[in-house]
Amino acid sequence: MKYSKQLVLASIVTVGAALSACSESPEMEAAAPAGIDPKVFTDSLFAVMNSDRANYTQLIVQRLGPNVANRIKPDEHWEDMEEGAPLPAQMFRYGAEKVAEQTDDFTYSLQSLWPINKQNAPKTAIETAGLEYIRDNPGQNFYGEEELGGVSYYTAVYPDVAVSPACTSCHNDHIDTPRTDFAIGDVMGGVVIRVPLDM
Amino acid sequence: MIALSLGGYLGVQLVVEPQKPDFLIGETTHAHHQIEMECSVCHLEPLGGVAVLQESCVTCHKEELEIAQDSHPRSKFTDPRNADTLAKLDARLCVTCHREHNADITHEMAVTLPQDFCFHCHEGIAEERASHEGMGFETCSSAGCHNYHDNRAIYEKFLVENALGNWVNFDAQLPNRNILSYMATLGIQVPSAQEGSRSVAHLAVDTTQIQNHWESSAHNNSNVTCSTCHGIKDQWVEKPSLETCQDCHVDESAGFLRGKHGMRLAQSLSPMTPRQSLQAHGDLAFKQDSLDTPLGCNSCHDAHSVEVETAAVSSCLNCHDDKHSKSFKASPHGRLWSEFEAGTRAQNSAVSCATCHLPRIEATTFGVKRILVQHNQNDTLKPNEKMIRPVCMSCHSLPFSIDALADPKLIENNFSGQPSLHINSVNMSLERVK
Repeated sequence: MKYSKQLVLASIVTVGAALSACSESPEMEAAAPAGIDPKVFTDSLFAVMNSDRANYTQLIVQRLGPNVANRIKPDEHWEDMEEGAPLPAQMFRYGAEKVAEQTDDFTYSLQSLWPINKQNAPKTAIETAGLEYIRDNPGQNFYGEEELGGVSYYTAVYPDVAVSPACTSCHNDHIDTPRTDFAIGDVMGGVVIRVPLDM
Repeated sequence: MIALSLGGYLGVQLVVEPQKPDFLIGETTHAHHQIEMECSVCHLEPLGGVAVLQESCVTCHKEELEIAQDSHPRSKFTDPRNADTLAKLDARLCVTCHREHNADITHEMAVTLPQDFCFHCHEGIAEERASHEGMGFETCSSAGCHNYHDNRAIYEKFLVENALGNWVNFDAQLPNRNILSYMATLGIQVPSAQEGSRSVAHLAVDTTQIQNHWESSAHNNSNVTCSTCHGIKDQWVEKPSLETCQDCHVDESAGFLRGKHGMRLAQSLSPMTPRQSLQAHGDLAFKQDSLDTPLGCNSCHDAHSVEVETAAVSSCLNCHDDKHSKSFKASPHGRLWSEFEAGTRAQNSAVSCATCHLPRIEATTFGVKRILVQHNQNDTLKPNEKMIRPVCMSCHSLPFSIDALADPKLIENNFSGQPSLHINSVNMSLERVK
């Protein structure tokens, strides 16, 4: 099963193939652009998301927040505070919302079996299966397909792991948390990435 | 022949005329009747459908929703995981909840959905909040609890952090305005006084009174002379327009044009008048002799004295004649204003109509903070919880403010007395976090 729409990486493949056609490499001339496997696409997206998310959490929230320098105040209502800063989960959501303003080619969200905001609990059967799979199989991802609103999606679920005390202390101490024993390295939730297949 | 004539008349109106009164399909809401004749403000394209309507909603309301930290922005609902919910209530589109020209089904806040719309997504709220067990769907948006868009004054943490305090601080003072430093930030230069710039000798009228008004004005104190607004004698402008005021009063003018007083001018229509409001809905009371007052800068601010005290009370009461307005002078707020007028109280500790409806708010431009008078008098009007933080809490506690704004009779008598209602949201929040 291949993702039919020419995406960014597919474009790179296409341009690469075109350039190679001008070269003298006969084995490269045989390579035809064939789109991009959605697994490669979502894995690549997750690599970017996960890196940015870990960097914001460790380099900003953990280092400058109450756990160390106490120069910023990460808070859900950061806009109301002089030194307020978005929580890592909010920063992640803001990114997803900005992306959604620019493209329908993929969507992503952060979900959990132990959500502080109950709207972030799994809603679809694939989300539930994916979140349970990454909980039960640390270090592994989950891939599946589902139909939502009459559209088929390739849905990938990646583990969201606690990378600093900023993650665990906030989640364990929050008034609305359904779980209070998170430790660094635990899977706290999952990043769900969806790619429409019928485009 | 009659049919052809009628068809031609309607056809010309539909295709050629900018205004199409015979095609108005139903009564327009309080929010939009002022501009209902300018169809293209909302209907950007004749057959555009909801996508085009959405674009027009966003064009006018996006900024205020962002400032309000909208609790239900479109971006929360675009993920395909919401497909099931969107099939019941498509929260991506403004027109799902606000359908214009449907007076029969329009209720508070121009909402045209049945009042149980919260239920579609939050039916299980009692499982998260035991305190909500048994509450009816109609209680979600009761004053002091929840709004769909703007919850800045009523979210739980804010309620907890502001749960205590005296109901009123009698020593409270409003911040001073500082337009000159703001203009300097924007690089707006008030022209220096030039020889002849105060000369009106070329006018064939007695300008003594006008000059007297100007002599004692803030404009005189700030070197704003006749020529600053009227130009010099060869290019003399008899009645400077709003654009002239706008040259210096950038944000004030922008606010005015966003509110109901100025929104017709913003669409290049004739100025709003009280009569137009009466003809559209008839539920606001105005003084008979003011019905045709055109609303512009000079309808509230005298063009030459430009003193703001008149605009703060007298200008409002020259037109508005409803119970709330008529109760002002005898109210506790009004008595403070009377003390200011008598010279026994500083203006910053008195309360006028403008104190609440054109509040002084902190604005930041290019990192520089200033105190701005919000000239969009609708900015904090509805839902009235929007008034709590920028207005009420300047002098009153949060619990008192919530209770007072939830009491229609107290609003009607202009807050003469204590609230007869108690909204339990602060107590519920304290109970949950203890």
